[in-house]
Amino acid sequence: MYSKVTNDDIKALAKIVGEENVLFGDEISSDYAHDELGGIEKMPEILVRVNSTEEISSVMKLAWERTIPVTVRGSGTGLVGSAVAVEGGILLETTKMNKILELDKDNLTVTVQPGVLLMELAAFAEENDFLYPPDPGEKSATIGGNISTNAGGMRAVKYGVTRDYVRALTVVMPNGEILPLGGKVAKNSSGYSLKDLVVGSEGTLCIITEAVLKLVPLPKVSVSLLVPFSDMKSAIEAVPQIFRSKVTPTAIEYMSRDTILFSESYLGKRFPDTKNDAYILLTFDGNTDEQVEADMKVVADLCLEIGAIDAYIVDTDERKKAVWSARGAFLEAIKASTTEMDECDVVVPVNKVDEFIKFTHALAEEMNVRIPSFGHAGDGNLHVYICRDSLDEKAWEEVLEKCFDRMYDEAKKLGGLVSGEHGIGYAKKGFLKELYGDTPIAIMQGIKKVFDEKNILNPGKICF
Amino acid sequence: MKILVCIKQVPGSSNVEVDPVTGVLKRDGVKSKMNPYDLYALEMGLSLAEQYGGSVETITMGPPQAKSVIMEAICMGAQGGTVLSDRKFAGADVLATAYTISQGLKKIGDFDLVICGKQTTDGDTAQVGAEVSEFLGISNVANVLSVDNVTDKDISVTASLDDKVVKMNVKLPCLISVDGDINSPRLPSYKVKQTVTDDMVKFLSFDDFEDKNPDNYGLSGSATQVERIFPPEKNTEKHSISGTPEEQTAELFNLITSRKLI
Repeated sequence: MYSKVTNDDIKALAKIVGEENVLFGDEISSDYAHDELGGIEKMPEILVRVNSTEEISSVMKLAWERTIPVTVRGSGTGLVGSAVAVEGGILLETTKMNKILELDKDNLTVTVQPGVLLMELAAFAEENDFLYPPDPGEKSATIGGNISTNAGGMRAVKYGVTRDYVRALTVVMPNGEILPLGGKVAKNSSGYSLKDLVVGSEGTLCIITEAVLKLVPLPKVSVSLLVPFSDMKSAIEAVPQIFRSKVTPTAIEYMSRDTILFSESYLGKRFPDTKNDAYILLTFDGNTDEQVEADMKVVADLCLEIGAIDAYIVDTDERKKAVWSARGAFLEAIKASTTEMDECDVVVPVNKVDEFIKFTHALAEEMNVRIPSFGHAGDGNLHVYICRDSLDEKAWEEVLEKCFDRMYDEAKKLGGLVSGEHGIGYAKKGFLKELYGDTPIAIMQGIKKVFDEKNILNPGKICF
Repeated sequence: MKILVCIKQVPGSSNVEVDPVTGVLKRDGVKSKMNPYDLYALEMGLSLAEQYGGSVETITMGPPQAKSVIMEAICMGAQGGTVLSDRKFAGADVLATAYTISQGLKKIGDFDLVICGKQTTDGDTAQVGAEVSEFLGISNVANVLSVDNVTDKDISVTASLDDKVVKMNVKLPCLISVDGDINSPRLPSYKVKQTVTDDMVKFLSFDDFEDKNPDNYGLSGSATQVERIFPPEKNTEKHSISGTPEEQTAELFNLITSRKLI
């Protein structure tokens, strides 16, 4: 049903974006066949590096006319195969569109192209005394990718997720039409929120070519607490009690000693404390030392009262780096500790986190497989990794299937959902179908059809 | 073993501005913290005391508010500390600072091992440790990477020279300055912070010292004068590597090893 890319197409595309921005065949690095973890590999027929909204529009007009599938890719740091061209066709890379276009200090917004990296945006905001709150662990992801997966990150407890910071988008529709969605406005009750529908749509509905993002004033003070507990149960059980204390930390992460040790060996750097089995790591921010210290004191006292072994103060740049760089390396560290792994990015109600982690421990024992985890205890989003280690291909596939089935089933029982922040893409669409049932999936398919009647944009993802 | 760690309070941010007219650091409103290099010294002291038995005391020189850096060291596990504070100590260069600290050390009592950080992030001279040992008449080893063994009489250390690593035995008492990044400094404990009391921090001033000649302290005891202070240049050096994969790998390996990153 899709057309193959022909020599004429290559010539036409080269005319749009310049010859140097069109790669095909052996010229395309094998990196473009996969993302970081999605478990799917497929080379695109042609790689096109775009420079502007207009170029994207022209590329899409051609693809629409010729019915060539198009998959958009940023840095390729996704984890569910969303940016893999599973039907071949055109892989459209946006990393050259990496300009920060405007800082609007009156409306507290920043306008960016989709290829700006999260770390570049974060640094730019900070230099200007602002904070872009979404803080996913993968800082080399592009903003376009973050918006497409509705990335969350560690500050979600207090500040929310990427969707909460997208004010407006410029998008190119599958037929090449350029559309503005949303606006530089703080409120919006103007019909269906198409902008919010596009956020998290993983490049299946349209292509994001520009984004207006909300900023907040940079909090002047930020202090973290690393709280050790004798076991994970006590650590996780502390979290709902912290919420009940009415203090809202910026982040609440949980980590086990095992995961910290993987990170030590991966980074070649010792973590400041590894004496205890379980830790929660909290951050508090605000504009005065007094306010932040008062918040920290409430939580530290509470944790000690309910059985924490201590509460270590992480207050200087050096200390924050020592603790948070380890936290930032957990995914890669677990990856380096095994031969292959796959992940479950499940999200459950905050007061069910403990139950879910206990379930994964029991499952690991039952299946005789390693299932380390870490994640955002403060928002219920867990990152659970099934490690292949020495299993042969057949045993690995069986274990993986059984573990995933059981985990998503458990998440459903606990009132949870398939993905907290990594998305569905190719890898998790079966579980999404299973958890949501027929009607929601049919609605999603209907929406996709309205946006993309020919199904040329990132086909085979989310609900297909 | 009685261990003493020298620590200093420095500006909490590396973005401290320099007044263009007076050339003095603008410290108003800038938070302070423990000199990052001293964290490694303190961690080494605390680890040695845990491993071989003993106590860890701390010493600092500065205005009365430098007390907070001693309290922070106590929260990390030190038993106590002393602030050397007097208007007469103000304006001291490395020589006068080292002399003041050596006078303070003599007053506090005998120590088996004095540990300093490599340098401070505000002065960056890396001289105070060596000069203190000279005033005390004890051995000194700089750039220490590890203390490998401790006996009643001596310690075995590994130290970094520019192009080689040396191992040596040093008689106690002695002073060592430790390199950066040699350990992972422990974090201050909130639990201990609740129990720290003012009397755990002692103050010593000019009047407490054996040498009562004011010309040996502060500005008048300084052999050097600060002519100009300016912020350090930011290092934005970039190095591109080209060639075949083999050539690139070899060049990268040479770069990393020549900088002792591995």
